[in-house]
Amino acid sequence: MFKILKKQPLNSTVTKMVIEAPLIAKKAKAGQFIILRASEDGERIPLTIAGYDREAGTVDIIFQIVGGTTMELNALNEGDFLPDFVGPLGKATKVDGMKKVAIVGGGVGCAIALPVAQAMHANGIEVHSIVGFRTKDLVILEDEFNACSDKVCMMTDDGSYGTKGLVTNALEQLIQEGNEYDEVIAIGPVIMMKFVCLTTKKYNVKTVISMNPIMIDGTGMCGGCRLTVGGETKFACVDGPEFDGHLVDFDEAMSRGAMYRDFEAHKRDEMCNLLKKEAE
Amino acid sequence: MAQKNMSLTKCPMPSLAPDYRNKVFEEVATGYTYEMAVEEARRCLHCKNKPCVSACPVNIDIPAFIEKVANEDIEGAFEVLNKQSSLPAVCGRVCPQETQCESKCVRGIKGEPVGIGRLERFVADWHREHSTEAPKAPECNGHKVAVIGAGPAGLTCAGDLARLGYKVTVYEALHVAGGVLSYGIPEFRLPKAIVNKEVDNLKAMGVDIITDAVIGKVLTIDELFEDGFEAVFIGTGAGLPRFMGIPGESLKGVYSANEFLTRINLMKAYKPDSKTPIRRGKNVAVVGGGNVAMDAARCAKRLGAENVYIVYRRGMQELPARREEVEHAQEEGIIFKTLTNPVEVIGYNNPDDKRDPRNGEVIGMKCVEMELGEPDASGRRRPIVKEGSEFTLDIDTMIMALGTSPNPLIRSTTPGLDTNKHGCIVTQGENGLTSREGVYAGGDAVTGAATVILAMGAGKNAAAAIDEYIKSK
Repeated sequence: MFKILKKQPLNSTVTKMVIEAPLIAKKAKAGQFIILRASEDGERIPLTIAGYDREAGTVDIIFQIVGGTTMELNALNEGDFLPDFVGPLGKATKVDGMKKVAIVGGGVGCAIALPVAQAMHANGIEVHSIVGFRTKDLVILEDEFNACSDKVCMMTDDGSYGTKGLVTNALEQLIQEGNEYDEVIAIGPVIMMKFVCLTTKKYNVKTVISMNPIMIDGTGMCGGCRLTVGGETKFACVDGPEFDGHLVDFDEAMSRGAMYRDFEAHKRDEMCNLLKKEAE
Repeated sequence: MAQKNMSLTKCPMPSLAPDYRNKVFEEVATGYTYEMAVEEARRCLHCKNKPCVSACPVNIDIPAFIEKVANEDIEGAFEVLNKQSSLPAVCGRVCPQETQCESKCVRGIKGEPVGIGRLERFVADWHREHSTEAPKAPECNGHKVAVIGAGPAGLTCAGDLARLGYKVTVYEALHVAGGVLSYGIPEFRLPKAIVNKEVDNLKAMGVDIITDAVIGKVLTIDELFEDGFEAVFIGTGAGLPRFMGIPGESLKGVYSANEFLTRINLMKAYKPDSKTPIRRGKNVAVVGGGNVAMDAARCAKRLGAENVYIVYRRGMQELPARREEVEHAQEEGIIFKTLTNPVEVIGYNNPDDKRDPRNGEVIGMKCVEMELGEPDASGRRRPIVKEGSEFTLDIDTMIMALGTSPNPLIRSTTPGLDTNKHGCIVTQGENGLTSREGVYAGGDAVTGAATVILAMGAGKNAAAAIDEYIKSK
């Protein structure tokens, strides 16, 4: 059992939790993920590690409330326990050997991009962070990005905060201004990562992306998280979750990601009703 | 001695009617009654040279336990089984007896062999239902051994070592113990209550089972030694599923058997209130001919499929599955398309609407017919494509049951652990010793996908070798 030590809403749909998991905290690295269950009969879901404190023995998770399980997770409070919390899984991000990088985060993906930015910053790499959100109310982790970046571009789709536009607009501008990046790291919705890769391909800048496909065991057994990278079948749980973005078949990944859309919508409504009833 | 039963045939196994059971997940074979078991046991001739025992991977004294059954001493029979096997209720259900013990039975020369597997199951079930005594923890000898993976190999190794007085800790990556017995083999063939009971028995013997612990990630094998474990057994089992490499394998509706079965068995997706989704296809093709393929096909049928096809490139004679599984599948209405090989999975594509949610869904499978040629390296006749035989099977779900390749997590984090070109851990002979001192391995992690009983045999041999190793230190 894994205790929830802290719960903090970051905006109306995104929550941060600090989980007591000393063994995982000891090993966790930026870019890795955990699998959790929110209840004894719950589904297993992967979440990328958003931070860790080796001394305190804690691991941070940040999640968007999108379906039944994240709703169930969000209904838990400080002092409650998660029955299962497994990790750290997947390969860690390479955070050294570069001079200058651009880190692109979209929406809740910023939570995963942050520890990468922090680790690179700590290693003396020049970090340019481009973070994008739909609108001002959904902005998260702004102070944290400011603290670990040499430059931050805040983008909103509707212009209600920062600069109006997409992360790709900002990235392309920075590249055109003469910034030479050893690597671009893009983490966010698949569609965003696809367009970041299309942009960087034009300028021939190496781009690393982090996939978050449907998983079950997360340990290299079920094969549910497979994707096509450079024409080969790869498994996000053990070969990833990071891949060379210029080789990933994003359209296929988007199609596979929508496989259970109807089921998920149904479970979300069910959970909504259940939580409403409990509140009454 | 009771009178011999000279019937040429086995006492048939009572089972649920096919058109009832193919809609539910209840156990198919309901087991011998007391009278049936005693009657069947009296068919054993108690041969002096015991050919059946030599064909048992864990060397159960088969004539001895059967004699106890014939003499109606069921608890005594259990004691004989329990000396060699930690999981008799499991083996009685899932062992391929026809190629092991029963294949050597003298009664099989003229008629059917003694129903050894059915008797083993009866004895284990009788014991579970009648015995009130939990197994006791033997006196601890002060030595610690770590076991990685709570599947058949790991549980057997842990059980044998615990009996010898070792303090055993089993690390399991998933949230429940059992390995393939929990995530792979369906409820209707191996009820999970039986697996849980076997695991509880090990706990009562003093074995610690730590779930949610992925060795290679949260702790390495080197760290286990630093923590005071004197030996480590690796029983991490089968790994990543294999695919065929044909176009369309990533379409929506293509599963690996591992994923399909994990969703159903481990995550209980067959229950209406499950939070884990599963596709309930109407026309389902399962590619492969082993036990896993049979399990997947029979699960798909139970989820409500109208047509379930086993698509296998060789013939009925070559199916690697247990005979009983093939027979049960046929009785339940599974359609066997043997001498057939898929060459492409076809997906839906609406040219007028790129956003049509049905785009990318499986709608068919292009296949070719095969014929058998000369025997290949495996001794089986090699399937060859029949020219111009291409046809399309209308399906909405495809399940690939083509075996697995070993999990990379241990080998990539354990320096000095030799693996072969397939990624399987290399061991020296039968005792399971790897290229690292004090590190033993067995089961699918060593052999590639094989059977529960072979994994148990490997766990058993390794336990004996670990005991010898620690004692000689």
